[in-house]
Amino acid sequence: MTTNPEIPARPARGGRSPGRTGHAEAAQSRVAWLFVGPYTLFLLAFGLLPLIYTIFLAFTKRGAFAGITNFVKVFKDYRFLPAVEHVGLYLAVWLVSLVVLVVLLAVIVHAIGVRWLSTTVRFLFYIPGAVAGASSVMLWLFVLDPTVSPVAFILHGLGLNSFVEAVQADRLPVVLAVIAFWTGAGGWIVVMYGALNNISREVIEAARIDGAGPIRIAWSIQIPLLRKWISYMVILSFAGGTQLFVEPRVLAQASRGVVSQDYSLNQLAFLYAFKQSDFNGSAAISLMLLLVALVLSVAFVFRGGLFERT
Amino acid sequence: MKTLRIALLLATGLVAGPAMAADASKEITVWVDATRQPAVEVFQKAHPEIKVNMVVDDGSSGASGTFQTKIGLADQAGEGWPDVVFSTQNNDAAWAAKETNGVQAFAAALNKDILDQSFLDGFTPGALDPVTIDGNVYGLRNDLAPVLFWYNKPLLDQFGYDIPKTWEDYQALGDKLAKDHPGYFLGSIGDAFEGPYIYYWSGQAPIFQVKGDEFVSNVDDPNAAKVTALLDHMLKNGTVTQESVFSAPFAAKADHLVAIPGPAWYSGAIFQNPSSVNAKPGTWGAAPPLYWEKGDKVTGNVGGGVWYASSHTQNPDAVKTFLEFVITNDETAGTGGLPAYQAAAAKWLDKQASAGFYVGDFKNAVSTAASTVWDGWAYPNFSPETAWAKVITPALAAGKSISDVAADWQKEMQNEAQVVGYTVN
Repeated sequence: MTTNPEIPARPARGGRSPGRTGHAEAAQSRVAWLFVGPYTLFLLAFGLLPLIYTIFLAFTKRGAFAGITNFVKVFKDYRFLPAVEHVGLYLAVWLVSLVVLVVLLAVIVHAIGVRWLSTTVRFLFYIPGAVAGASSVMLWLFVLDPTVSPVAFILHGLGLNSFVEAVQADRLPVVLAVIAFWTGAGGWIVVMYGALNNISREVIEAARIDGAGPIRIAWSIQIPLLRKWISYMVILSFAGGTQLFVEPRVLAQASRGVVSQDYSLNQLAFLYAFKQSDFNGSAAISLMLLLVALVLSVAFVFRGGLFERT
Repeated sequence: MKTLRIALLLATGLVAGPAMAADASKEITVWVDATRQPAVEVFQKAHPEIKVNMVVDDGSSGASGTFQTKIGLADQAGEGWPDVVFSTQNNDAAWAAKETNGVQAFAAALNKDILDQSFLDGFTPGALDPVTIDGNVYGLRNDLAPVLFWYNKPLLDQFGYDIPKTWEDYQALGDKLAKDHPGYFLGSIGDAFEGPYIYYWSGQAPIFQVKGDEFVSNVDDPNAAKVTALLDHMLKNGTVTQESVFSAPFAAKADHLVAIPGPAWYSGAIFQNPSSVNAKPGTWGAAPPLYWEKGDKVTGNVGGGVWYASSHTQNPDAVKTFLEFVITNDETAGTGGLPAYQAAAAKWLDKQASAGFYVGDFKNAVSTAASTVWDGWAYPNFSPETAWAKVITPALAAGKSISDVAADWQKEMQNEAQVVGYTVN
């Protein structure tokens, strides 16, 4: 998830025969194909072909062209707008806390001078990320149930005395954001830490000589230089966040329906496909999600300068 | 004989779909929940000649929709259908008996393709109603789940109370209990099924009905309003709890449970369950169901699972053998609850009576309840449980009453009905 394919540094040219350079470049291009090939195949098989099938489904009904009727139907569904609202609220809470806390924690960890302490802290941040999707929600089921939770005193302190209260609809955006943060933030902190390491020491030293303190350095130098990385994190997190499914789905099972089965847009798409056997409506929802994610991603890519070479 | 029968079926065109090429040696795939797993194991021991591939899932409990989801996937893929499915819900026939997106209906019409009418005639009258559509039977009820009135004899004696006969008595008992013995209680609506099935259905509340293509729900009906008032009253004085009957907190205070209206399967799930009430023999009994003083003597029903056979099966003979076995065999029929098959039910009742586990006239209470399930409740392709869980449970946890959100509950059920294709007025 956090890999960033770096463009391989070009080999130094000076003092080498043209033949050797050509040979090296040919080898590199082969390696590049090796890297890109499988990715392209997977992208075709699990990205582009399903997308084409989705577009076909979304604009047809029983194989015949249906215009935008599927979209109209979905839009009129009484569950659609609440689901949009749920996902929107969740994204707002999660993305803001992600950006603020990840950057803050990365800068703090980076400032820790003691090597073993810094490594340990990064490792601790990263551990929860190793617990995959559904199983991490299972773990949170216990944390959120005041009758079995190891942090029951905190839940009681917040006035939550039962699992049902802990997963009430109006608290869910925060609960889901906390779960997502816990599983995902560690990886991003490590990525940001790496990015901070890339900032040249001379720049920081120069700032320090000019009298800038750690906060000033973070605010005026480190964070602006992290801009691309932050955009990158927001794009991927946004795309993942709009597809919210596993967490509310598992919570719905565990809470016996108190967290409703139609909480998020992807859950609604799931119900369309498998409860109403309406794959066309389901495809319409997926397509709308894709469109929103695409538009916002493009905005972030250009505003965040992701494709600029520095 | 077998070949002849299949040849005849093929010749008369009764066999639907291309997948019905019979192969008596083919393994059958059976989807069951954990509770039904032992029944399949008993069958495997008794019939080693039939290869069974058992897949354990949640049996669609709590209206989770697992059954329909997995069949939807198989339909889309054009393969992967099981031969037999167990579901804890009894409204699956509403979708399973219908063709979807051009794929043949999943559920086989058992009376036509798989079983003999003489076998089907052995069920308790009315037991197959939820799974009968247009005269065809699409599933076999595993157990009957009429609502009874369970009571703790030593506690009632100790407090000097009589067993209530009507809902009015029940509420009055709640008042006395709350006043004289606070902490003791008479029921739960902590799960999504108790409210709709145990209280509203038994209370003859017309909140879940289908008339033709129309779904009808009326929480303002006098009976519905009476049930709402009863529950709000008893929730307020603490004699009906919000703890799930399957939860640890419920088990922890189970020694304070004086009585509880509930389905026949509470027998195994609650009273004889070591991690729940864990009753001592001779302490608990079942009385005939409660009714309104001026109403009909009817009761509700909570599930009672259903076995379905696939219309795609390639081994209908093995499916037939399997279904007849689990429905009638002493060890497997009813899987702990009241079997839906009459002969098995009689044996089960005799066994319960002779074991002397329950006090009072257990056999009479169960028989009375089984034959008086109110028929004003429908089995459409959705469950009242999801709306209850979504609207009522969180509202109660937030300190509101049922009457505060009854209209929202009705609206949610109507919305769900519209989504699956019913009209609503």
